[in-house]
Amino acid sequence: MSLASLSDDFFGLFNYWVVIVLMMIGFYTVISHDNLVKKLIGLNLFQTAVFVFYISMGKITGSTAPILMDGPAGEDALYAHPLPHVLILTAIVVGVATTALGLALVVRINEAYGSIEEDDVLAADFETQASESEDEARRSERAQARQQREEARDEHDDGERDERTPEQREAADERREPSS
Amino acid sequence: MITQFLEQLPALVIVLPLMAAPVCVLLHRATLAWLVYLITAWACFAIAFLLFVQVKVGGPISYAMGGWPPPFGIELRLDALNVVVLLLVTGIGALCSVYAKASVAVEIARERVYLFYAALLLCLCGLAGITVTGDAFNLFVFLEISSLASYGLIAMGTKRRALLSAFQYLIMGTIGGTFLLIGIGFLYMMTGSLNMADIAQRLPAVAHTRTVEAGLAFIVVGASLKFALFPLHVWLPNAYTFAPSTASVFIAATSTKVALYALIRFLFTVFGAAYAFDRLPLGEVLIVLSVAAMLSASLAAIFQTDVKRLLAWSSIAQIGYIVMGFALASPAGITASVAHIVNHGIIKGALFMAAGALFWRMRSVSLNDIAGLGRSMPWTSAAFVVAGLSLVGVPATGGFISKWLLLEAVIAPGRYWLAAAILVSSLLALIYIWRVVEALYFRAAPEGRVALGEAPLSMRLATWTLVLANIALGIYATPLVQAAERAATSLLGSGA
Repeated sequence: MSLASLSDDFFGLFNYWVVIVLMMIGFYTVISHDNLVKKLIGLNLFQTAVFVFYISMGKITGSTAPILMDGPAGEDALYAHPLPHVLILTAIVVGVATTALGLALVVRINEAYGSIEEDDVLAADFETQASESEDEARRSERAQARQQREEARDEHDDGERDERTPEQREAADERREPSS
Repeated sequence: MITQFLEQLPALVIVLPLMAAPVCVLLHRATLAWLVYLITAWACFAIAFLLFVQVKVGGPISYAMGGWPPPFGIELRLDALNVVVLLLVTGIGALCSVYAKASVAVEIARERVYLFYAALLLCLCGLAGITVTGDAFNLFVFLEISSLASYGLIAMGTKRRALLSAFQYLIMGTIGGTFLLIGIGFLYMMTGSLNMADIAQRLPAVAHTRTVEAGLAFIVVGASLKFALFPLHVWLPNAYTFAPSTASVFIAATSTKVALYALIRFLFTVFGAAYAFDRLPLGEVLIVLSVAAMLSASLAAIFQTDVKRLLAWSSIAQIGYIVMGFALASPAGITASVAHIVNHGIIKGALFMAAGALFWRMRSVSLNDIAGLGRSMPWTSAAFVVAGLSLVGVPATGGFISKWLLLEAVIAPGRYWLAAAILVSSLLALIYIWRVVEALYFRAAPEGRVALGEAPLSMRLATWTLVLANIALGIYATPLVQAAERAATSLLGSGA
């Protein structure tokens, strides 16, 4: 590969290299950063790279803007393809809406958790989740124990009634539990 | 006059909900917004039904948006495949309107209810748009409209975890959407067209280029993120669990199905089965992922203690069935896929509705909280059982028909391992559905619970409509199977 073709590959496709680099920076930021706002910025970079890609696609080297020109110069003027540019206007609107919604969510997350670091928020979530599932496990154990007791009582029912209130029975169950 | 009106139907099904959403915001009152949603959703369903009949009688409909003829203008195109999906989306939307009022009243602050209905309408608009459009870029825009609306819907959940779930969904969904945009860009670069039928005609001339291959890869990955194919599913369980019940019903029953439809449309109509499945080993990749989804997600579902999360994992597994169907790229496989898109939409809608009704009563759907509700809520519990059996694939239910079709489709080319995977996954489904049924019927109610009544009539009515539709499709399956077969023929016919 000669130097000329190498430089052609590089400089001739300069916008596309920029697109790839920008896209990967954005993508990496989304994946690697903890801060939710930084994640959104990465997402924006990622989207912007695609916008640049579309805009480059419509541009022809040496072309003018796609506007109406009078006279013979207008007849055979080389002009950039306007359609990809218009498409990207729509995609930019979509991107703005996504960013706005994302930022609104970050504000609400900050209100609810007091942090916008994903690790902190996730840690809080895991804590809730863990305490919830522990709670659920304890409850199902208790329910099982109660069911067994009821079955046992049904088997040799001697006519005596359990006079304790439900709260007293629950307390008795808690005492019987070995671990907690 | 009437024929003029009928000609405008494809556009109306998008325009109506799009216009109704700001009306909801302007009205600002919970009940009025609900009424607007109710009327719009049922109108859309009626339109979808009329379109279904039109397509069945007269063949595909092409509608030039704004009078610009395709391929220059945006074309709305309805054929045997997408009218079925449209009917499912608008049907679920319409039933949600009956279901929503009572459910929303307990889950969302009254002063924000109108925003919920506005977002629901936008989501409906986006999903209907994806379904009817024949333009690749238009599809991306509608996909983002529906996704943005669903991020908002999920964030309205009662628990604070809903917020982070919505944010994670937003990040992954946007990456998926942007991948799709890149893919469409590559196709546009090579063909200079955005109209799907037009791209399909121009593609064979440039099919050997790497650009087109990269475009296919980006579109497949992007769409897979949106419908949560196995390794890309992490956003789904949290999003479905923490969303408000009505939003869970609507999103679970329609949104992933429409994204699946979009991928089927791209693979078969735009790229053509010969390119995507014969020249490139896409079928094998998708089949491996779908088997992994079926087995691992079903296993994960067994260990859940929250009914909504359990159903969410089951959704990931069921998406595996649908992907496996069309990844076979045979008429039988696509028929099974389309039939399962409809059946699973109806089943999951019914299951999430029943879960929402339990939530309405108990403010929680953990297995301990719903223990013993079978006696006090017989209608809701029975609905869950019947829909659950259909999910497993018991005969005389819709789920049986589509699983049978899928089994036939994998056995015909002699792929018995896949058949075994389907059966194992169905058995796993039996286990996780049984866990809920056991909690509902065979566990005693926690002590100290006062006698509880049923869910409101409107919620039961919507749930049972879906359950009965599901049984009807199981017993009298011919219309759906024929519709799915027509869809398969139209897909393979245009692609080959």
